[in-house]
Amino acid sequence: MTAFLLRRIALIVPTLFFVSVLIFGLQQLLPGDPALALAGENQDPAVIAYLHQKYHLDRPLPVRYALWIEGVLQGDLGESIRIKRPVFDLICEKLPVTGELALLALVVALVIGVPAGIIAAVKHNTAVDYGASMVALWGLSIPNFWLGILLILLFSVELGLLPASGFVGPGDSLKQNLLTLAMPAFVLGNAIAAVMMRHTRSAMLQVLSSDYVRTARAKGLGELRVILHHALRNALVPVVTLGALEFGQLLSGAVLTEQVFTIPGFGKLIVDAVFNRDYAVVQGVVLCTAMAYIALNLFADIAYVLINPRLRT
Amino acid sequence: MTMPRFLAAALLLLAAAFAAVDATPAAARVLRIGLADDPDMLDPTLARTYTGRIVFAAMCDKLVDITPELDIAPQLATEWQWVDGNKGLVLKLRQGVKFQDGEPLDAAAVKFSIERHLNMPGSNRKAEISAVTAVEIVDDHTVKLVLKAPFAPLLAALSDRAGMIVSPKAAQAPGDFANHPVCAGPYKFVERVAQDRIVLDRFADYWNKDLVKFDRIVFTPIPDSTVRLANLQSGGLDMIERLAATDVETVRKDSRLKLSTITGLGYQSLSINLNNGARAKNPFGQDPRVREALELSIDRTALNEVVFNGLFQPGNQWVGPSNPFYVKSRPIPARNVAKAKQLLAAAGAATPQVTLMTTTVPETLRAAQVIQAMAAEAGFDIKIQATESNAAIQASVDGQFELYLNYWSGRTDPDGNLYNFVSCKAPPALNVARYCNPTVDEELDAARTAEDATSRLAHYAKVADHILTDRPLIYLWHPTWLFAMSAKITGFEPYPDGLIRPQGMTMQ
Repeated sequence: MTAFLLRRIALIVPTLFFVSVLIFGLQQLLPGDPALALAGENQDPAVIAYLHQKYHLDRPLPVRYALWIEGVLQGDLGESIRIKRPVFDLICEKLPVTGELALLALVVALVIGVPAGIIAAVKHNTAVDYGASMVALWGLSIPNFWLGILLILLFSVELGLLPASGFVGPGDSLKQNLLTLAMPAFVLGNAIAAVMMRHTRSAMLQVLSSDYVRTARAKGLGELRVILHHALRNALVPVVTLGALEFGQLLSGAVLTEQVFTIPGFGKLIVDAVFNRDYAVVQGVVLCTAMAYIALNLFADIAYVLINPRLRT
Repeated sequence: MTMPRFLAAALLLLAAAFAAVDATPAAARVLRIGLADDPDMLDPTLARTYTGRIVFAAMCDKLVDITPELDIAPQLATEWQWVDGNKGLVLKLRQGVKFQDGEPLDAAAVKFSIERHLNMPGSNRKAEISAVTAVEIVDDHTVKLVLKAPFAPLLAALSDRAGMIVSPKAAQAPGDFANHPVCAGPYKFVERVAQDRIVLDRFADYWNKDLVKFDRIVFTPIPDSTVRLANLQSGGLDMIERLAATDVETVRKDSRLKLSTITGLGYQSLSINLNNGARAKNPFGQDPRVREALELSIDRTALNEVVFNGLFQPGNQWVGPSNPFYVKSRPIPARNVAKAKQLLAAAGAATPQVTLMTTTVPETLRAAQVIQAMAAEAGFDIKIQATESNAAIQASVDGQFELYLNYWSGRTDPDGNLYNFVSCKAPPALNVARYCNPTVDEELDAARTAEDATSRLAHYAKVADHILTDRPLIYLWHPTWLFAMSAKITGFEPYPDGLIRPQGMTMQ
């Protein structure tokens, strides 16, 4: 277990280096000089020249990369050119928001997806199975932003039950916090629930036809106990992997949903930063997301080992 | 803990949370305003966004303000006088004004702020007031701005961010002023959560505190216009700016809401590449008859009806037809397809092909499509190239365009809508056509130094003769500012600059 962990951790360093080069290189491909974007309408040549010099935009690319990495290694991710705040502060401000949203979305996905998957597998090839698969297909194919707008129109404008958008910290008011996140968490969770349902279903089908399940039934165990205790445990391995990957994607990929519901999280931070050519913010956020992704994968690997003792060698 | 027990515990916790008494304090009079985007730095010297100006309107008073009719009105300065052959502007300051940190606003503070605008690295204000060479303190409440040459647009510049006076003590304190701005406006800065909210509280010692009716203003940036409106409809906001023209009917039909509109100072135009690199070398860039034919093929009124439900103001000059500086002898030309075809035939270009670059804003794209269809009737073959806004700015600077459907948010003084787009001395990033005509430059400079509005207008009429014939830009329309708000709000007056002045606003 220790050797396995050390091996996995050693791989992180080169991965992060590669990611940092990629982030830095890719965003240079964005058309448009950031100084032009930041000089505002006036486009005063003196301001443009000042921005070039201040943010090293006049230096060669490798030098800029070195300057950035030097800062990153010292814990300085730079400053948002647009609003003059340290990128690290912005990330600390946004990460909990997106983290909470992702967690709630995952809960929604699990609560809908896993039971639906189990039922579909147990009632294999019946109307229930087909029904669940159809709902899953609907969940997969419906665009997030469209569902988001529909929910806003229904629950906020027509019924007046939920706030249309925005975010209230759980520290300020837990009730408001959950009310503001209900719709976005559902929108995000809905799509993942569909994937989870299909994965749970196929994994359960495979496990339910295995010898040990037959043995368990032959022993006279109750059906519920066979399904939940014996079969589900093994079937959950791919679902856990999926959960970790989806969580990683939620941290970086709730972009559209955060835009629609105006949630000041990671997705919104990065989209606005890209549009405003706020390079330091883009770099910092993507690096942070990559790190979260790597960490989640590591956790998933550890979780396998915990769920399936045969991997503990 | 087993799964069912865990779930039960989680449900109980949730129920407890919902049962808990809402922690928000009641009965504070709060005005919640939805903005179309998140402002940039809240430092008047560095700021550059329109939404930033809306926040400043509540936070930072200026030396002078404008009236809805675009006259200059007193604010921090009660009176002013041009001296030394218009090379000096003496401003009398209001007595007893305090900054939000309690410091007095006096001549020294004004001198400090103006010099900060002029000298701070990266200042976005320097170009606006570069005519000022020195600020002299006459007495505690009188300053004199010394100019290198007469500059008529100066007062208009002082009615915007260049005229905002910041507390010298706060500006000199360690830490970033943009994150803790201190001015002398009706509301003081409390906090900002990027992309989420900017909170301002009533400033108890404001010099005109009788007009301050709300305890707090919360600005929330919501870029999607549908969601912005949904928040207003559901009571999450009290007011929104830049309502989509297509949503005006929805607001009119809703008895809980009301609408406020005013024609803005900005304009949308077709910039034409006349002399900016290789892509100017085509019949469009080289032959004025082709450009005239394009203008004659466009029906501005129909364009406005189709795309903006008739809410915007068709125009053909850098200021709108109702502006005092509009050159009345050059009205909006009527559509004339037959003449357009004749001009194209005479130019030897019966079906000129051209690429029209636009931004990806849906309404702008629709306008481009309408222009494409109208121009096709005269023989033009227009291809639309939708480009992300920053990429479009870069392409226009680099000359990578032929036609560019572009927007300028507008300035109070006509000079701000004109000089930087057509003068030989204009910033290359604004005069993307690379138009340069020494006669036009002479008239533009003369209009800057002219003594009164009548003689300025005479110079602009001469400018119009050249610009509206040479056509480095074809002006198309002036956007209308559309505000929607709760029907309970009273006291809001729209201004052509599109800002929300909270003084006098209240909720029934």
